[in-house]
Amino acid sequence: MTDATLRNALEATRSASGHEEHAIEARGLHRTYTGGYRAVRGIDLNVRHGEVFALLGTNGAGKTSTVELLEGLAPPGAGTVRVLGHDPWRQRAAVRPRIGVMLQEGGFPSDLTAAETARMWAGCTSGARPVPEALELVGLGHRAGVRVKQLSGGERRRLDLALALLGRPEVLFLDEPTTGLDAEGRRDTWELVRALRDGGTTVLLTTHYLEEAESLADRLAIMHQGLVVTSGTPAEVTARRPARIRFRLPEEVAPARLPLSLHAAADGRHVEIRTHRLQEDLGALLRWAAEADVGLEQLDARSASLEEAFLDIAEHAGGSLPGGGPPDLGDAHPHDSGNDGTVRAR
Amino acid sequence: MTATTTAAGRLTALGRAEITLLVRNRSSLFVALALPALMVVAVRNSLGGLDLSGTGIDPDTALMTSGTGLALVLVVHMNLVSAYVARREDLVLKRLRTGEASDAEILAGAALPAAALALAQCAALGAAGAALLGTGAPERPWLLAAGVLLGVVLMTVLAAATSAVTRTVESAQITTLPMLVLSSVGSGLVLPLALLPDRLARLCELLPLTGAMTLVRAGWTGGAEPAELATAALAAVAWTLLGVFAVRRWFRWEPRR
Repeated sequence: MTDATLRNALEATRSASGHEEHAIEARGLHRTYTGGYRAVRGIDLNVRHGEVFALLGTNGAGKTSTVELLEGLAPPGAGTVRVLGHDPWRQRAAVRPRIGVMLQEGGFPSDLTAAETARMWAGCTSGARPVPEALELVGLGHRAGVRVKQLSGGERRRLDLALALLGRPEVLFLDEPTTGLDAEGRRDTWELVRALRDGGTTVLLTTHYLEEAESLADRLAIMHQGLVVTSGTPAEVTARRPARIRFRLPEEVAPARLPLSLHAAADGRHVEIRTHRLQEDLGALLRWAAEADVGLEQLDARSASLEEAFLDIAEHAGGSLPGGGPPDLGDAHPHDSGNDGTVRAR
Repeated sequence: MTATTTAAGRLTALGRAEITLLVRNRSSLFVALALPALMVVAVRNSLGGLDLSGTGIDPDTALMTSGTGLALVLVVHMNLVSAYVARREDLVLKRLRTGEASDAEILAGAALPAAALALAQCAALGAAGAALLGTGAPERPWLLAAGVLLGVVLMTVLAAATSAVTRTVESAQITTLPMLVLSSVGSGLVLPLALLPDRLARLCELLPLTGAMTLVRAGWTGGAEPAELATAALAAVAWTLLGVFAVRRWFRWEPRR
């Protein structure tokens, strides 16, 4: 038996027993809107069973357009999608009872209360949890009788999450689940997502909070202008980026005196070293400083963060893509992006 | 997984939510409850001044037919165009599409309260006619029922189609006018068709609601040729199919970006 036939036999067994290797599979996805805007330009994605997968990208990168194809809200212009082994657009009835969806913007009639909204949704959901339990799960139990229009933005997001969880889905799609939540609400949602993952739920989420992806995701993909630019575990993605050492030399020490092996870039007294060998280079720098008796002011050494990787990709991938305008990340320099890891693009 | 949902269960859940919304929306409630009653009174006054001799209809029976048609247009069509547009613009339709309900169930569920209300009004109108005007029972009740049911389905489908060309809830007041005006004049809602010149009346038989209204009138009066009834039923079904085609082709499930 050759490898290929063995693999085919294995795949046949898997699909026959309903145990596909991936919970979500996308091959060569394209999506073009009427008017010709190409939002998704050929994407491959694999999300394994039971993992949290984050889709990152600047605004307009194509995250939501992609997720809507995976959810089966629209057919792809080209390419295939499999969710739990089925085409979510053509075999909607087979897929829907097993997935939960939270759209980027929840759509609820503003004159229904939270409980009435959940009750309506429960009536359309197989194996639905009791409504009070679902609301309690997201901390909305005490707001059950309040009309949707009187809920805060964060409370509406949580109601949306409650509905997505109502049917105890095997696969959960969360499009920017924590946008508009305060710090506490965000932490609660993270806890909930972790608990769901521990219970075996597969979660695909989009976010523009890099910190969120870094702390929640088992694996992630960064999109830019309709393409996946890089993917892997958060550690893998950041490992491909150089670490950074920064310091200030005393006035009387010229940057030229630094060891050549360090590839330092100097701007006046400010020096920056970008390296894939942080430990070695930092050691060399410190030994040199000790031997030369030079004090390094404001010394700062750090591994690449996801945020740096992200900004790097957004800035550099932009110009090289055909037909792409400037990346819409104009105001998202590291200095602007706050301590919370948020990138505010646009 | 326990308790798989059924189509009936999903429709009930959607219909229940929609009826709650109808009760809480004053302007929709006015269009659905007060407007038909006011119109019926107005039509009654105008019918009183018309010479109906030779048309085979007495003013009271004409009023019964008009009232049924008004309920169909005002309660089902007008009301549902607003409801579909409001749910679409609030992203409710898009959100519902992520769930287990099929497209047809989502649209039908939203239409349930309006349909039930229209049927109840038709029944109330018939009862009031019998009690206050002495119209008696309809001559051929099953024809009346068939006409009303066809009318409800047709108005629902055409409301969904009309919502496709309606950007906002406010503009629904304009996009629903053609149906109201055409039906009032040409389908016998305000004027009995028999009063129109012959050639114009022929043309008006092609209007969407005329078929259903012909069945309703025949149900009340009992007087109609089988061929005329067959044509009327066929016209109503044809308009319904046309509407279904338009909905499948043009209905929008989310706002334009």
